[in-house]
Amino acid sequence: MREYPGLRRRGFLAAASGVGALALVGCGGSDNESGNDSGSGTGGGSDGKPRRGGRLRAAFAGGGASETLDPHLANLFADAARAKALFDKLADYGDDLSAQPRLASGWEPNAGLDRWRVTLRKADFHDGKPVTAEDVLFSYRRIADPEKAFRARASLEPIDLKASRAVGERTMEFVLKRPIAEFPNVLAAFGAYIVPDGTSDADFDKKPVGSGPFRFVSFAPGRSAVFRRNDAYWDGAPHLDELEFVVANEESARVNALLGGQVEYAHELNPTTARAHEGKGRIQIVRLRNSAMQAFAMKTDRAPFDDKRVREAFFLIADRQELIDGALSGAGVVGNDLFGKGYEYYAEGLPQRRQDLDRARSLLKKAGAEKLKVTLDTSAVAAGFTEAAGIFRDQAAKAGVTVDVKMGSKDSYWADILDSGTLCCYRSGAMPIESHISQRLLTDSTTNATQWHHKDFDALYHQAQSTKDETERTAVFGRMQRRLYAEGGFLVWGFADWIIGTGRAVKGVERSAPANSLDWARFDKVWLA
Amino acid sequence: MSGLGSWAARRLLLGGAQTVAVVLLVFVLTEALPGDAAVALVGDQPDPARIAAVREALDLDRPAYERLADWATGLLHADFGDSLTSGRPVSSYISDAFGPTLLLAGLTVALLVPVGFGLGVLAARFEGRFVDRLVSSVTLGVYAVPEFAFGVLLVTVFALRLDWLPPTAVGYGTDLLGHPAALVLPVLVLLSRPVCSLSRLVRAGMIDALASPYVAQARRYGIPGARVRYAHALPNAMAPAAQQLARTVDWLLCGVIVVEALFVIPGLGTVLMNAVAERDVPVVQGLAVVFGVITVVLNLGADLVAHRFAPRAEVAA
Repeated sequence: MREYPGLRRRGFLAAASGVGALALVGCGGSDNESGNDSGSGTGGGSDGKPRRGGRLRAAFAGGGASETLDPHLANLFADAARAKALFDKLADYGDDLSAQPRLASGWEPNAGLDRWRVTLRKADFHDGKPVTAEDVLFSYRRIADPEKAFRARASLEPIDLKASRAVGERTMEFVLKRPIAEFPNVLAAFGAYIVPDGTSDADFDKKPVGSGPFRFVSFAPGRSAVFRRNDAYWDGAPHLDELEFVVANEESARVNALLGGQVEYAHELNPTTARAHEGKGRIQIVRLRNSAMQAFAMKTDRAPFDDKRVREAFFLIADRQELIDGALSGAGVVGNDLFGKGYEYYAEGLPQRRQDLDRARSLLKKAGAEKLKVTLDTSAVAAGFTEAAGIFRDQAAKAGVTVDVKMGSKDSYWADILDSGTLCCYRSGAMPIESHISQRLLTDSTTNATQWHHKDFDALYHQAQSTKDETERTAVFGRMQRRLYAEGGFLVWGFADWIIGTGRAVKGVERSAPANSLDWARFDKVWLA
Repeated sequence: MSGLGSWAARRLLLGGAQTVAVVLLVFVLTEALPGDAAVALVGDQPDPARIAAVREALDLDRPAYERLADWATGLLHADFGDSLTSGRPVSSYISDAFGPTLLLAGLTVALLVPVGFGLGVLAARFEGRFVDRLVSSVTLGVYAVPEFAFGVLLVTVFALRLDWLPPTAVGYGTDLLGHPAALVLPVLVLLSRPVCSLSRLVRAGMIDALASPYVAQARRYGIPGARVRYAHALPNAMAPAAQQLARTVDWLLCGVIVVEALFVIPGLGTVLMNAVAERDVPVVQGLAVVFGVITVVLNLGADLVAHRFAPRAEVAA
């Protein structure tokens, strides 16, 4: 391998294709993108009468040879889409990220909001056995196994699984460690799928049994997974006869396969690709608006961002439209320094933040931070990160702030930025606003990238969680968001579109569903015309 | 021939040592990368407690030398260990991915040898004339195009515009022989650069040989031109070409990442790239061993060929 002529070029291209592959790793799980209802109009209903039959092939970026069908190990879009085809959760997220009942037909809390009685609908696993309360408890105990470190474990942490029990065939009582008004969000958590009692790890590779809309046919890690319609599905049998997931990590390969008719559905396309093919009639482009939150995260516990005037100055430095046009090729909408635009509890009423360099300069002067120098950590871990960093550096220079952009490793970026540095590029996919707060903005949050530690803010969160009345709860969430808007650590400059390409014959693709919400990648409602 | 035998044995021994060195180097480099499998696995949800739990579950909390020793012990029993991310045996990763890569490499070489030698001989025969200039400029030109760009170009023209060939092998998995049309473009891309370097080497070797005193002498004896070219001059061009060919095969087998990614072929290159991104050290190590052995064996073969055809050149030292 010493000095053959291809080496340098191959090395360069390996790195380049690595960026593509890594962009997908960055998309894992809760960083998964989403869209919501504010953008596009045509839903599945306008595509005419569903037609039964056919095989739909869907190309996703995947995990390669180490993929598994274990739904509790789900980490990537491909995992989530496959898990959704084979399995069910008790609840799932609607378009506004509120929890919608699925396998659970209903839930009822006690007055203290710390005991929830959940009833199951009548549903069967693929082997014909009914889904029971014991299956649910088995699945949750498997996820919570401290030896395994499944992703959903943190989400299920509020449940006291030792005290929780089945009170009937299809009824169970969950005992919580503290009152949680938003407990259904826990049931809808990413990866909290229900598997039959007694399933062993080895079963998932060979013959996974779930209660989902499709049954298992075959699976080859990193290549293909074929599923067949489950005629007995409780939510109505899918229109498709068969569904095949194929893996293509390169975006160009997914587009080519779609254009060449090798697949009918290609997930995760670039804005430039979308522009090139939109309205040309060869393929359809679906844009899920308001998807990934795009932000800069300021560490609020250290200089210079421990001064809230400096944080406000940074809010005012950003020209959000310029960031969207430059870093996202225009495929997105401006943000207002708050997570979850369009979701349940989002504080709509706050004025849109705009660039105001004079005021930014005067704030910096008051804070004694003229001629400020900061390092901005970024990485090629997600689309647009390095571009956003460069654009922001130029915008900051106009306010007299020197931003030094530092490139970090893509593979360990999310762990690296958690505690170190002062300013970094950040993004997040769809999750309820409540989850965003509990995971990232409480004193004991495990991924608090802005180091936002405020006892009174924590208290507000716990107040919201023990408030049964929805109007009152909305008001408390409003207060928390106003605080974040005024002096928080997240400079949320935009929300990127999530782009999907489909063949012309594909109908019924939901256009307003955020990724990982119920209607995203929901192939049981799709048909081939 | 016993001299040659002991020389080959020495080379094999050296090759074994080189393979061990490659594996050690790969291990050290993977360890030196920031983050480990635990950090890569948790991705965008870097909860420190979860990282610690994953690390413990994967035995990553043990010192590096212990893990290396365990792995090396397993290797003595032909056990490559298990993947950190999926828990499946590394040997299944390698055996699954070997087929497509081997098929691509085999087809490419089968075409590369006649085309490369043919073009080289042709150019040498008409040295300085139109055919030579045409062959030389085309090979130089194609050589300058990166594989990725060449692949994209071919896909755009032959698959998307003309609709003659499938644009990727997506969904075919390892059953590429069942879909031969899907192999055409990848093999063309793989051929593009090696053909150029090989034919230029053959041309240069042939021209040197044709200008040499022994060819002049053969001509004076009245030996026909074709025989002079193929029996007397070509072997002289063989030695460097064989070594170039060995490097090319090595390059093809060790995973041509670009082509595999572009055409969605689940070969060794794809496995390697994912394994590095996931910090899946056992898989990376297993592949390093395979690549090391392949490289050593191929270069040994090339040196033997050089020894046989051009002993005086002493290129095999």
